[in-house]
Amino acid sequence: MQDMLLDIKDLHASIDGKEILKGINLQVRDGEVHAIMGPNGSGKSTLSMVLAGAPGYEVTGGSVDFHGKQLLDLSPEDRSHEGLFLSFQYPVEIPGVTMVNFMRAAVNEKRKYFNEAPLSASDFLKLMRQKRAIVELDNKLASRSVNEGFSGGEKKRNEIFQMAMLEPRLAILDETDSGLDIDALRIVAGGVNTLKTDRNATIVITHYQRLLDYIKPDFVHVLYKGRIIRTGGPELALELEERGYDWLKEEVDAK
Amino acid sequence: MSADKPNKPDAGNDDVIKDVTSGEYKYGFVSDIDTDVIPRGLSEEVIRLISAKKQEPEWLLEFRLAAYRHWLTLEMPRWAHLDIPPIDYQAISYYAAPRKKEGPKSLDEVDPELLETFDKLGIPLAEQKMLSGMAVDAVMDSVSVKTTHKEKLAQLGIIFCSFSEAVRDYPDLVRRYLGKVVSYRDNFFAALNSAVFSDGSFVYIPKGVRCPMELSTYFRINASGTGQFERTLIVADDDSYVSYLEGCTAPMRDENQLHAAIVEIIVEDRAEVKYSTVQNWYAGDKDGRGGVYNFVTKRGLCRGDYSKLSWTQVETGSAITWKYPGCILKGEGSVGEFYSVAVTRNRQQADTGTKMIHLGRNTRSTIVSKGISAGHSQNSYRGLVKVAPGADGCRNYTQCDSLLLGPDCGAHTFPYIDVMNDTAVVEHEATTSKISEDQVFYCNQRGIPTEEAIGLIVNGYAKEVMNKLPMEFAVEAQKLLQISLEGSVG
Repeated sequence: MQDMLLDIKDLHASIDGKEILKGINLQVRDGEVHAIMGPNGSGKSTLSMVLAGAPGYEVTGGSVDFHGKQLLDLSPEDRSHEGLFLSFQYPVEIPGVTMVNFMRAAVNEKRKYFNEAPLSASDFLKLMRQKRAIVELDNKLASRSVNEGFSGGEKKRNEIFQMAMLEPRLAILDETDSGLDIDALRIVAGGVNTLKTDRNATIVITHYQRLLDYIKPDFVHVLYKGRIIRTGGPELALELEERGYDWLKEEVDAK
Repeated sequence: MSADKPNKPDAGNDDVIKDVTSGEYKYGFVSDIDTDVIPRGLSEEVIRLISAKKQEPEWLLEFRLAAYRHWLTLEMPRWAHLDIPPIDYQAISYYAAPRKKEGPKSLDEVDPELLETFDKLGIPLAEQKMLSGMAVDAVMDSVSVKTTHKEKLAQLGIIFCSFSEAVRDYPDLVRRYLGKVVSYRDNFFAALNSAVFSDGSFVYIPKGVRCPMELSTYFRINASGTGQFERTLIVADDDSYVSYLEGCTAPMRDENQLHAAIVEIIVEDRAEVKYSTVQNWYAGDKDGRGGVYNFVTKRGLCRGDYSKLSWTQVETGSAITWKYPGCILKGEGSVGEFYSVAVTRNRQQADTGTKMIHLGRNTRSTIVSKGISAGHSQNSYRGLVKVAPGADGCRNYTQCDSLLLGPDCGAHTFPYIDVMNDTAVVEHEATTSKISEDQVFYCNQRGIPTEEAIGLIVNGYAKEVMNKLPMEFAVEAQKLLQISLEGSVG
């Protein structure tokens, strides 16, 4: 069996004093793909933001072990260096900051964290060329400002490009399929599959079964009212597609 | 789409992007240099003493005295959006010079402590460093201590020397141009400078000559209790080109030091002058103690047809900055440009901008101003665009952006537009923005710590202006933006 990568135990978190996550338990091993599904407002994005260390979210209980480190004790940038990557649902625009400068800062900060010398400009550009090909972004990417003027599809491809550059141990894709047409979806999913190895893992947060046709999950979890209420294999996603969430909600709400 | 994206309160921003705390000023050292300082105070006698020390011709003394007498009739102007404590002009010493016997003939004769000072500042004065391809005039306190590359420039007929040398060696040129763009009657500080100015730089580019290297003056206030009043005079004759850089630093002191300079530029037919400033005078501590008062009059006259003058400034230092580098566009089709980044933090105050005076037909001007305010600072853009009645076909484009870091700072815009000709096209755009918590977190998630993220975002915001700086300065200025915002986040 593969090594444990992420071990979430009884995680509670709130925003503005309102509890959103009410005891999450989740284990992810190397080489696995987990899908987290659930109706609106169930806490899916909150879970990803809490794991990434976003400000404004208060952890009120539980622990998260990330390949031997206490994730919740690390700063957001150190979580990144340790191999946590979040593909944002709404990638923010940073005007005037070119992708090349942005990514060079990111890559070299990571190298610094591991006491490695910064990449030379030519090595860096070479790396960037290689990686942008994975998501079919053209050579104008380098000089464009971060996400500024990007179409919805380009933004999501740009997220996967950054993931390729940083080679994370664990990638969390938060609603990466939202706003994508079928071609963009195929490119994004293709990128994610290309980057998959038996030394990393992916958590796919999604609303729809559609993305899971392209990125095959090993496990499907249903999040509802801040708890994982059902875990199954890929067939669970298909069942949800067919029956919706109401039957599960009713089971929980009846208790 | 999922709806569980939280509604974060705006106040969250203020926790992440907080007051400036303690970015270190790394130029704050004092050099132990034997200095000739005259007693504090200002009078006709003092002006005669300065003039005598500099062995000036009679006409220059008369110029000074006329300026002084005019100054006595003036009062400090109060219209700026600045809170300036009263200044005791009798408590300032108006002349301080590193003591030396003669002007240094070679570097061996320059006080080693002085060389070390400029070394610390990263200014190449030593001969072996001259390959850096920049000619430097270094001004310490009141006088110019060393000008490099003089001989090489002389071969092209370019004059680049200290103002005192220019008065001595090229009196006719100086007399022809001195005070022609900025009269001593212009304003309070112009009058004061004209009365007591001690040194500065003089540049003359002859007809048809393209200056092959950046010319640079480095200003350093060292002695305490002194003011610095330098003058720069640049003349670009027909079809010539020069790029000129100016850098400024000062030691950290508890008292305020007064810097009141004048820059005059004359641009003849089809000539072009690029004037870049990286101003990093000591800004005072985080509670606003000490720091330089930077009250400067800079103006260029595009006298020739199709001449061009471009001002680029990166203002990060000084307790108070008060200046409006301007262009008088007299020649037909002449072009004026102003690109500015002004950073204020802690208790700094800046009231800066430009004046574009369109007198000639088909003249054009561009203004791009980027203000960045942090801490408890106040940052104002003030600009005048004026089009004279006879000036047909003029164009101006003004873009004026403000970036706020934290809840306690202020950004203000005071545009004055005075158009007397209905063929003019004048555009003004203004924006105010904040660095969002989301932008910072996005950077954090990619492994970029908050301080670096702010530096990256700010440099991105200021890029349009930074791109206008010559290469040699751009890197330094980028670092400066990063350093001066260090600690500006909680």
